Amino acid sequence: MTLTATDLLLEATGVSKTYGAVIALRSASLAVRPGEVHALMGANGAGKSTLVKILTGAVHPDSGRIVVRGRERMVHSPGEARRSGLVSVYQEPALIPDLDIRSNLRLTDTPVEPFRHWLHELGLEDIDLSSLARGMPLASLRIIDLARALAIEPDVLMLDEMTAALPANLTERVLAVVASQKGGDRSIIFISHRLIEIAAVCDRATVLREGETVGIVDVTKGSEDRIVELMLGEMVASTPAVAERTAAATRARDARPRLTARGLASGTKLHDVSFDLYPGEVLGVVSLEGQGQDELFDILAGAVRPSGGELQVDGAPASFHHPADAIRAGLVYVAADRAEALLMQRSVRENIALPSSTPPQRWGPIDLRRERIVVDTAVARLQIDARAGGEVRRLSGGNQQKVTIARWVAGGVRTMLCFDPTRGIDIRTKQQIYVLLRDLAEAGASVLLYTSELKEVQLVCDRAIVIFGGRVVAQIAGADADEPSLLRAAYNLRADAVLPEDIAAAAAAEGAAPGAASPAAAARTEPGA
Amino acid sequence: MTVEARADRPGRTVAARNLFRDRPVIPLTVLLAVLVAVIELADPGIVNPNWVSVVVRQTVPLAILAGCQVLTMLTGGIDLSVGAVASMAGFVSATLVNGWGLPAAIAVPLAVAALAGLITGIGVGLFRVHPLIMTLGISFVVLGLSNVWQLQMVQTGAGVAPALRTLGSATLFDLVPLSFLVFVPVMLLIILSLRRTGYGRLLYAIGDNPVAARLSGAKSWQVLIVLYTISALLAGIAGLLLSGLTNTASVALADSSLLPSVAAAVIGGTSIMGGRGGYGGAIVGALILTVLSALLTVLGLPEASRQVVFGAIIVAVAAAYTRVTDQA
Amino acid sequence: MTATPARVERVHVRPADLLTSWARRNLWMLGLLALLVFLLALTKFIQPTYGAIALQGLGTSVLPLALAAVAQAIVVISGGIDLSIGSMMALTSVVAATAMDGQSEQFGVLVVAGVLFLGLVLGAINGGLVVATGVPDIVVTLAMSFVWAGSALLVRERPGGGASTWLGNLVVGPLGIDWVPKAVVVLIVIVAVIWIPISRSRFGLSTYAIGSSRLAAFRSGVPVGRTKVLAYALTGLFAALAGLSLTASTSIGSPVPGPYTLESVAAVVLGGVSLAGGRGGVFGPMVAVVILQLIGTDLTFLNVDPNIAFVAQGVILIAVLMSARVVEVWRTRA
Repeated sequence: MTLTATDLLLEATGVSKTYGAVIALRSASLAVRPGEVHALMGANGAGKSTLVKILTGAVHPDSGRIVVRGRERMVHSPGEARRSGLVSVYQEPALIPDLDIRSNLRLTDTPVEPFRHWLHELGLEDIDLSSLARGMPLASLRIIDLARALAIEPDVLMLDEMTAALPANLTERVLAVVASQKGGDRSIIFISHRLIEIAAVCDRATVLREGETVGIVDVTKGSEDRIVELMLGEMVASTPAVAERTAAATRARDARPRLTARGLASGTKLHDVSFDLYPGEVLGVVSLEGQGQDELFDILAGAVRPSGGELQVDGAPASFHHPADAIRAGLVYVAADRAEALLMQRSVRENIALPSSTPPQRWGPIDLRRERIVVDTAVARLQIDARAGGEVRRLSGGNQQKVTIARWVAGGVRTMLCFDPTRGIDIRTKQQIYVLLRDLAEAGASVLLYTSELKEVQLVCDRAIVIFGGRVVAQIAGADADEPSLLRAAYNLRADAVLPEDIAAAAAAEGAAPGAASPAAAARTEPGA
Repeated sequence: MTVEARADRPGRTVAARNLFRDRPVIPLTVLLAVLVAVIELADPGIVNPNWVSVVVRQTVPLAILAGCQVLTMLTGGIDLSVGAVASMAGFVSATLVNGWGLPAAIAVPLAVAALAGLITGIGVGLFRVHPLIMTLGISFVVLGLSNVWQLQMVQTGAGVAPALRTLGSATLFDLVPLSFLVFVPVMLLIILSLRRTGYGRLLYAIGDNPVAARLSGAKSWQVLIVLYTISALLAGIAGLLLSGLTNTASVALADSSLLPSVAAAVIGGTSIMGGRGGYGGAIVGALILTVLSALLTVLGLPEASRQVVFGAIIVAVAAAYTRVTDQA
Repeated sequence: MTATPARVERVHVRPADLLTSWARRNLWMLGLLALLVFLLALTKFIQPTYGAIALQGLGTSVLPLALAAVAQAIVVISGGIDLSIGSMMALTSVVAATAMDGQSEQFGVLVVAGVLFLGLVLGAINGGLVVATGVPDIVVTLAMSFVWAGSALLVRERPGGGASTWLGNLVVGPLGIDWVPKAVVVLIVIVAVIWIPISRSRFGLSTYAIGSSRLAAFRSGVPVGRTKVLAYALTGLFAALAGLSLTASTSIGSPVPGPYTLESVAAVVLGGVSLAGGRGGVFGPMVAVVILQLIGTDLTFLNVDPNIAFVAQGVILIAVLMSARVVEVWRTRA
């Protein structure tokens, strides 16, 4: 690295930030050349988000220099950062829900024609600019947000987990567009937990660990190991090892299913989903974004009532009017969105003990000693790295996710519904969660696991069902559930000529027009797939 | 903030902040002591057991009303109907005592209060009307109906029940207010419920994250209906004590206590956003407001400047809380 | 509220669709207007003598609350709430009445300008404190309601003072023909001149944005703090206008805040502004104020106890919101 500052588009050095006693960034540096796609890597809590927030002016650093095109800058607000050519696309879309898309563009001084161009490139064309952002699917909003950022042609575009929660077809388009930005005058900082994507589109990677830049890696074939090694530091970097498990085939299948779903339907997304979930198994659910899996889990968790179909728990018909009913029937739900599951201002203890005081007959005095034992056991079992008295919002993302699981483990699990439980958390915590899910299954519990990371299916699941257009389209044994076959199954119906009209419409709305993926993108995702 | 200013090392600053955040009663008590010291300096000899007793007696109804605000604010709500409900209770009681006797003069107003609270709870819990609006609407209804009742009762006349007068204003050995007979159980019940019962946990949970509470099986409508009924019942009790304390029966008796009750809860460290706070702080907050009021009177400031100082203190204390609790 | 110049859309939109989508978005407003017309007809039916003079009286009597409702609507749209509007009205009203007392008509103009500026400053202080301290709006403005009410008492201990003649003439009586109350025209002109251009400006868009989603607005580059302070300042300006209208219609200033704060909140909610922020406008609340006033008038004509009218106001407020909720549930189930 003998580049001088002027050769760099963006250079940040010695950036630090502390929140009270917590050090978010110790001394981070980042150097981005013009025309490159630069990956920013690190385990959860390594300081990636803080660094991005500092670069976009959302957070003020305690110290450090930020130089853009050779000129030192101190950005004080996202508005200012925008004007200096630094734009970020966050995980939560920065679109105003109550304004229509056109007003959203006007708010950010985004020209409409380039915006349309990028929407087209990203495979999302049927957008009415006068429709409100509220009510649009998350995936569409993220694409709109990205198109809006691209339209103002920023010098440095930061993409924070851009492909998380995107369906595979849109992911391909996004990666193709990112790759197409290479070699120009502008750069992209790409944050992702998915090493495959990093390998596919990035030129170099900066790795952060515990708030410090620990290495800069040229991304070439085989550099993933090096990146993981840097991210984990002293820890042994290895591929996730999950406890040995009995093959699904050898499991006693004549046992009565714990949970039976027949023809579940809800609204316009979910049409006909049937499956059996047996004791002692982890059943994977695989689907592209917006194929009805959210609705399915909402129904199973008791949050939404189905418009059709029936549910049986342990062979007896069940109907849930409230999550409390589902919990009473032994179905507990772990949400992907931790903000949806946790009492951020309350202690770890109260969060874990929460379900035990919800029914009115439990509103009375609490046996604090018994509660402490139960909570401490759960904390120990999940290896939650915190004192039980501390506020949950001070924990790292991975530990927070563990608290959401510990809440149910504390009371003994019969059936656990996990919706993308490893989204956006670091590799080590992921592994612990895999092990835990397997342990639960070994102990006789049933686990239904939706995951957006296809490789998890083979690691954790005994078998998997694939949902497309609100219907189960395939069932795959865990041993055969490698990524290519899952992906093929997830897209299964696309080529089918006899699509019911509603599915076709839904697919079109998601921008999943047949043959939409460019050859280049397909080629790039090939090695990973 | 005074604690924090003295701290010279970061560790101590953090400790002071945590103390303020987690145990606001301690710094608030210090503030209360300072105020008492100032009032003694301003008018030497004023602080004596008798004065303390007067201050405490005046604070009791306000402290109970502040309890209504603490409980509702913990769930992210607020109860703007406590003024109207408390006034109604005091007034209705006074109109009934001559004809129907003391038990009815206590039971009927409390039952009416509980009914108003039940309706509020149904609106907030089942129909999801914003608590601010729901309690505001209920306060219109209660105040209007009290006025109608007042017109009906003009002929019969009204007088506060002697028993309530005694309860509200008399003292034991010239020192301990008799209203403690009501207040101490109420206080213990609220504090213990919040700390050690499932219901108390749920109040915090619903205020902190209603979605998480629901997904964990909590039916918030049950919690809220019970909550607003309790709140109105407490307001009714406060109204009876207030009418006894002031020996007046008026449909506007407690109106002027509404905003101070919110202020006491805020000063006591309860967040209006829900999920954080407690009753101990609110009691000290109510005492601070009463002593502050007395101090300004002693200093000879007009009512006008008293209000200005009141407002300034609330902003300052609330700002201090926000500063310490926002530290990530 | 979008004012982007019309551009040719690739998606062809039929005018009928546009009309229905406009109607759907403004359903609440249309319902309010229909209710208003119905109530006017009902009033005329109950009391056949209800005519131009009564209408003028109606205009004058709703003016302060209508302006207070506009003030409240602006801050609520921005995601806040202002519980000090009644106190700001009292303060600006006594300042105006005290300064104008026994002075020339020309001086009155100066006073009005000064009081409007005072309103802007009061509002900006409210907003500045909200932004600087990070304390919830409801707490700050509650506290500031003490401060402004106390200040009003410092200016003048009891009601009194005077108002320039022209100011009183501005809000009393008809304009041109008898059926047009001057106060209503004044109200519409004030709102049209101040609010409409602002709501279409970038600042207006930003106000809706920070109310709808503070984080998204911040990340979109909206200066959140500045926008909030400006929204509060604008609320202060309208509170001052409301205070002036009190002085104008009564020719005195009273230091005791009226019931305007809480009633303005009620009117805003009935007027279709979401308390969560980001949704609604200022015209709905204005119509809601007139409706509430008319219901009171009708009940009086029907010889109902005025206290029952007060009860009715609370019942309507609750019933409307409950039924809105029922409709919402029913719609999502359907």
